[in-house]
Parts: sequence; structure tokens; C-alpha cells
Amino acid sequence: MNRAVDPRDLNVHHADGVAKGDVLLEAKDVSLRFGGVKAITKISFDIRKGEIRAIIGPNGAGKTSMLNVINGFYTPQEGTITFRGVERRAMRTTDAARQGIARTFQNIALFKGMTTLDNIMTGRITLQKSNIFAQAIWRGPALREELEHRHRVEEIIDFLEIQHIRKVPVGRLPYGLQKRVELGRALAAEPALLLLDEPMAGMNLEEKEDMSRFILDVNSQFGTTIALIEHDMGVVMDISDRVVVLDYGRKIGDGPPDEVSKNQNVIDAYLGVPHE
Amino acid sequence: MVAAANADRTLDTFPKYLLLNADRYGNRAAMRHKDYGIWQSWTWAEQLAEVRAFALGLETLGFVRGDKVAVVGSNRPRLYWSFASIQSLGGVPVPVYADSVAEEMAYVLDHAEVKFAVAQDQEQVDKLLSISEDVPSLKHIVYDEPRGLRDYDHTHLHSYAELRETGLAAVSASSDALKRWEALLAAGKGDDLGIILYTSGTTGRPKGVMLSNDNLVKSALHGNAFDNLDVDETTIAYLPLAWVGDHVFSYSQSYTAGYCVSCPESPETVTEDRREIAPTYFFAPPRVFEGLLTAIMVRMEDAGPLKKRMFDHFIAHARTVGEPILNGESVGFWDRVKYGLGDLMVYGPLKNRMGLSRMRVGYTAGEAIGPELFRFYRALGLNLKQLYGQTEACVYITAQPDGKIRADTVGLPSPGVDVKIADNGEVLYRSDGVFLGYYKNEEATRATKTEDGWVHTGDAGLFDAEGHLKIIDRAKDVGKLRSGALFAPKYIENKLKFYPDVKEVVAFGDGRDFCAVFINIDLESVGSWAERNNVSYGSYQELAGHPDVYKSMASHIDAVNRSLAEEELMAPSQIRRFLVLHKELDADDGELTRTQKVRRSFIADRYGELIEALYDGTTEKHVETEVTFEDGRKGSLKALVRIVDAPVHGLDPKPVREAAE
Repeated sequence: MNRAVDPRDLNVHHADGVAKGDVLLEAKDVSLRFGGVKAITKISFDIRKGEIRAIIGPNGAGKTSMLNVINGFYTPQEGTITFRGVERRAMRTTDAARQGIARTFQNIALFKGMTTLDNIMTGRITLQKSNIFAQAIWRGPALREELEHRHRVEEIIDFLEIQHIRKVPVGRLPYGLQKRVELGRALAAEPALLLLDEPMAGMNLEEKEDMSRFILDVNSQFGTTIALIEHDMGVVMDISDRVVVLDYGRKIGDGPPDEVSKNQNVIDAYLGVPHE
Repeated sequence: MVAAANADRTLDTFPKYLLLNADRYGNRAAMRHKDYGIWQSWTWAEQLAEVRAFALGLETLGFVRGDKVAVVGSNRPRLYWSFASIQSLGGVPVPVYADSVAEEMAYVLDHAEVKFAVAQDQEQVDKLLSISEDVPSLKHIVYDEPRGLRDYDHTHLHSYAELRETGLAAVSASSDALKRWEALLAAGKGDDLGIILYTSGTTGRPKGVMLSNDNLVKSALHGNAFDNLDVDETTIAYLPLAWVGDHVFSYSQSYTAGYCVSCPESPETVTEDRREIAPTYFFAPPRVFEGLLTAIMVRMEDAGPLKKRMFDHFIAHARTVGEPILNGESVGFWDRVKYGLGDLMVYGPLKNRMGLSRMRVGYTAGEAIGPELFRFYRALGLNLKQLYGQTEACVYITAQPDGKIRADTVGLPSPGVDVKIADNGEVLYRSDGVFLGYYKNEEATRATKTEDGWVHTGDAGLFDAEGHLKIIDRAKDVGKLRSGALFAPKYIENKLKFYPDVKEVVAFGDGRDFCAVFINIDLESVGSWAERNNVSYGSYQELAGHPDVYKSMASHIDAVNRSLAEEELMAPSQIRRFLVLHKELDADDGELTRTQKVRRSFIADRYGELIEALYDGTTEKHVETEVTFEDGRKGSLKALVRIVDAPVHGLDPKPVREAAE
């Protein structure tokens, strides 16, 4: 990581005391069980501010569970999550959103009947200050606030190059574009930490290249810290700064991409060496 | 009229027009651009400030009179402003096609010896950086959109915004900067080199056409007078900056007439943006009109039966009386009433959908338009006209005056243009707009432009009884069948291209026994048909080879043969065999030029096997074709292509293979 610190980094809505390169989120000895099934066992790793952190592993390795723990959907039975220096246990997902964690989903979760613009506007919801009554009357401060939100949303639309589908209901869009709209909605929340669950799943090569470029640009232009789950190893190795590898709910590797790809445990996990 | 005293003043450079417009039309919009979902506008006074600021900023990079500057990107105000900024300093803009691959761009930039480049975004900057070693003259790159570029080495890279700030600061710091700039601007002369436009190169390397300020100013003024264009027009700029048409319509004519040019939000939103702007003066190559019609026909296929019947009924009525009404001929009262009703219910909404509700003058040029297509738009009451032009002529050679429109001619010689036909049928012209020469290519200049100023167009044509010019084909493409009958491939191709499901056609027949064609299907139209008819397909190739697609193509060819049979000259070139190509013709593979014209000789080379198969009676042929992907990698495409016979009318149904010599 030799990117220079830029004043624009400080523009991130959720200003925090964490400097670039310092630990933004730390998971310590996290274990998660569903009844008798161990989804995650004693996993520890950290995410540093400003980096692109990938979580990889074979099917059922516990990647999505890990992401769900981070954004508060699951509460681990053991271990701690520390976000911006504050340790937390049980929390609601809305709290995670207010703290500045936004995410996209493996199976797109947009409002199909709403337009691209409206979908992205919903991403601003945690940032809205005026109350529902003021918004209903839609005069004065509430109107001004909406104009400002709309401006930020238009910047995201411009950034993701989706001007041509601004007014199209997302249900009519092809899959690759829906993925982009979902990224837009997550960005609209101006997150400190952006979680991407398989952003390239089901895409063709060109769409993958586009999405990779958007992820890199989000990271460099907005300074957003990104944690992503991805199956496409080529993509992961190209765009991430550090990779954590899970297998059967355990961490088997952690480090820069080229280091991880030489790790014997990782190679075994992917090539399917029998577990004793 | 605002400042009527100034209205007729003619100047000799565009920056001088900018000063004049800022004075006479100071508060009127000069340019609009949709950004963040809102139309932003700049008045002529603001445009002057922008142009001046960038010019002064550019000067700090060591710009001197005569320097050449590449301009690469899509239609955006800043790129148009850079033209005037560069010209105000005595420099020469060299617009480059934004979609050209690195290798093509390297050739043009190196040949033009550009010292600076103004690029739209990261994509273009990356391309410029990748070729910088091949273009030793290139010293500085200026970019408009900063996105993705902040970690780049900025020793030779500058943001437009920064240079603009530098320029603004210079102006506010002292009045000297302003005076110095105006002095530089005033030093520009009419016979100075104004711009170099590289032709897309149907054959061989692109050539740099040098146009003087006089060439462009005079042509623009002639054009304005011909169509009564004034400050009230509004246009949308969406065609490539490097194309002479866009340069004349969106820059030269705007500066001389003072009208406002609107830039779309992105290349994908042009249709919507055009609807919002509703241009009064509109220009498009036939391809665009074809695309608009196809999109409408596809939507109509999905419409309810009532709407569809109404549409069909009124369109049929328009086809019979629409054109006579537009031409001011006498038409029966009830027909007029019915046409008025149709306008209310069908034509009006249709024009609105296409963004042509306010169109007063519309032109199509670039290549021949299919007569059926042309009449369709005229029938709706749109004043669509044809124009025949070239980069070497600053566009105008001939144009159709209002009220004297024919589908099969390109009109009368434009004001100030002399046209004659050479012995071999080639069209020659002479005018104020005739170019200075090809940059660093004396030989080509001599081959094209005679001592006394006549320019060879390379097109074969003839004048009809009323003096209208009719272009048959490229002079070198017009050939003869072995029987000695005239063979004009483009004429046949255009007839077939009228069908919405046909995208491109290549006809063969010169020196052969009969005419045969390659067809390229239109994926949008045929794909929609497939969806409606539950035809499943896995790829373009599979769809192109589908028996039902072949059937529909065979019926189009039969209809074309019937219409050819009615024309004495063309009857012998009825199509006897055809095939549907397994891949879309693509500029990246060199099969089309960057302006999407078919490169005939290249295709003849590349698909030699298939052409032979058309003539040796084969019914199936295995082929392997190399394709180039967007990132420059190559792959290959294997396919089994079927070749089908087509019946002819009023001719001897000879065998489907060529007679041996």
C-alpha cells in the first residue's frame, strides 16, 4: 500500500479517529454455531482503513457467515468484534448501518419495482435528518435536504456510469447492471466499511472487468475500506491488498495475495486434499 | 433581432466569432450539457470566459503558435471549448476518434506531430500513455474527468480544471493577460490552417485533411444562409468530434450563426436527451434513422392489437399523402383532414418519441439512404433532406433545397460550389471550402486536387434532367457483370438494408456471372423476433444460422429482386445467391471503418472462401474467422455457413454456379 493520503479521504461522511492504514475492524476468536453446526470456529483477523480485503474459501467455508457477523446480522457465541475501537457483541443490523457499514448481497436484494434512482436514494435513508412529517410536507429544510441527497445520488450515478438507466425499474435491468445499482445503493450510504458479497457472481468477463474497475475506483476515489467475498481467484488476486482464506469455518491463510497463493494449506483446500 | 447591425458581419476565424457572439448574444445560451441529471447551460459570455481561461492555462505549458493538439473524447463542452482555445493561440486542433484503438491513434498523433493532447477521461489517458513512446512529439496530456487518475504521475499530465483555474487567476491578477490573449487571437487569419481532420480511411492509412479558417467559415456561412439557420436554432452534438459533419454543425455553424449546441449526458442517453432538447436542426447518418425506425417497429410489434392497427392504418395513409402535403402539392380535403387526425394520434407522438417534434431542417448524409426509409420520415411531415459532402469540401457539395426533395438524388450544388462529372462518371467539385491539402502527403493531394482547384470525389454520379445530382456508388466500386450489365453494389445493399432485421449487406458481382450477397442480421430486431416466437439461441452465430431467419431473409431478397426487375439498368443484377454471415461486421476487426462503412476490399480478402462458395454452387461451407476483442486479444470463430439460392424475375433462371471460362 503506497497510495498517498489525500485530503478527499476526509470527506467520508462517517469521520472517525481511525487513520489510514490503522485497524478499522478487528475480529478476535469469533465462533458462530447454528445448533450443533459450527459455521465459524475461532477466527481472528483485521481490516485496515483504506484497504481492499478479500475473504475467500471453498463453498461452505463460512465466508458469508463471517460477513453477516460483521454487519450484525448474526451474533457470535464467542469472540469479539471491534469496530473503530469500540467493542460490540449483540447489535441490530440497523445499528451497523448507522455506524457506517453498508453491504451488497450475493442474491441481489433491490426493490424490483422501483427505479434505479429511487433504489439508490433509499441508500441515503440513514443519513436523513428531517422527520417523516417534514418530508411529507416537503417544504423548506426537508426539500433542501432532499435536493442535497439527490445531488450525492447523481454523483454516484455518474460515477457508476448508469445515467441511461436512471428512470428504469430495476426489475427490467440485466443482472450485471442490477449488481451495479446495488453497489450504488451501498455507496449512497457513504459507508466507512463496504461489504461486498460476491460482487462478480454470474457475470461475464467484460462485466467482471467493469466491476473490478468500479471497486478499485471506489477505493481510491472515496477512500472507502472494502471487504469482499469472491470466488473468481483471478479477480481477488488482482484487486485486493490482503486476503484471508477460510476452510470449514477455520482460517487457513492470511496475507498479501501472492503470499497466500503460495500457502500449501490454501492450495490443498482448493484442490481438495482429503481432511483427516 | 439582437444587435442587427452586427448580424451580417463576417469575420475570418472562430475565436473572433466568439468575441462577436459574446458581444451580440452575450446572454443567450451557447452550450448546454446534461450533467448530474440536469441540463447545465453556458451563455456566449460565459463560453468566452471558459475558452479564454483554458487558453491562458494551456499557454503556461509552453504552447506556441502552430502547435498541434489532439482532442479525444465524446461530445462534451470542454472539448468543444478546447477547439476555440487552441485556435485563439494560433494552434491547430486535431480531433481523434474516441473509439479508435491505440495503434490507430498512435499513427494519427505521430503523423500530425501533436505536442499536446486533451482527453476526456482515464480510458483515453491510458490509451495516450500507452502510445506515448511511439509519439515522441507528445509532451503534455490534459484530462477533463479526474476519476481514477489521481495516483498517476502528474509530471506530464494536467487536469483541465487546474489549467482553467490558472487561466482565471491570470485574468483576475492583471488586465495584461486579457490584452495579450486578445492580441494573440486577433493575429489569427483566414488563410491560417484551422484544423486537421483525419479521414476514417476506407482504404489504407488515414489522411490528414487540412482545412483553413476561411474554408470552414465560408462553408458554414453558405450553409446557414441556405437553410436560414440563425441564433434560434438548437442542436444536439452526438456524432464523433473527429468527423467533419460534427465539426461543421456543432462548432463552425454554431459560432457563425450563434445557435446553442447541447451535449448529451453520455453516449447511451442520446435518445432520451434528444427528446428533451428536441433539436430544430438535426443531422444524422442513415444508420441513425434506420436505428430509430427499427426501435419503433420493434416496440410496435409488442403493442396491443388496437394500437397496432391504428399505427398501420395511419402510417399507410401518411405514405400516400404525407410527402405531397410536405411538398405543398395539392391534396384532397378529406385526405388532409385524415392526415391531421393521424398527426394527432400517431405521427405527433411518434415524432415526440424520436425527439424530432421541433425539427425544422434535418439532414442525412455520410452514405446513401434507402429510399423507403427516407420516404417514411418525409411522410411523417419531417423536413428531412439529403446532402452530399466530404471532409475535403467542409461538408457541402450538394444539398436539397426545401420543397425540391427526391429520395434518389442528393440535390443541387450548394451555394458557392461548382460540380461537374468527369468522363469516367466521377463527380468533381470546386468551392470555397476546398481543403488546403493532405498533411505531409503531397502525392495524395496531387492525386485528389487538380491544379485549378477541382477535387475528385471518388464517387460515380450523374445529373438528372432538373440538375439534381444522383450518386450511384463509389467510382471504383461500380463494376460490370460478365454480361456487361452495370453493377452498383451499394444500390442493391441499400435496398436490402431497408428491412429492420438486416443490419449490413455486402454485394458481389463485378466481373462475375451474377450478383450474390452477404447479409448481417440486426441483433436487436431479430433477437426481439426470436423472443416473441420462442426461438431459443445461444449465440449470435446460432441465431444468424437459424432456418427461420434464412426464410425471412429469402423473402426480403425476393422483394428486392422484384423491385430490381422493374428497373431496366438494374434488372440483370438481381440477387441469385445469398448467405447470412456468422459474425457481426465490426470496426475492431477492420471490417468497417470507424464511421461504420463497409470496407469492401478487406472483406473480399477476409471472406474469400465464402465468396467462392457463393459462386461455385456449394450449399454449405465451414469457415474459421479471426476476431479481435476489445482489449486487443485475438480469438477465432468457427462456423458452418449455409448458402441459399434465390429466384429471379424476368431473367433466365440460369444455374447457380458460374459458367466456366
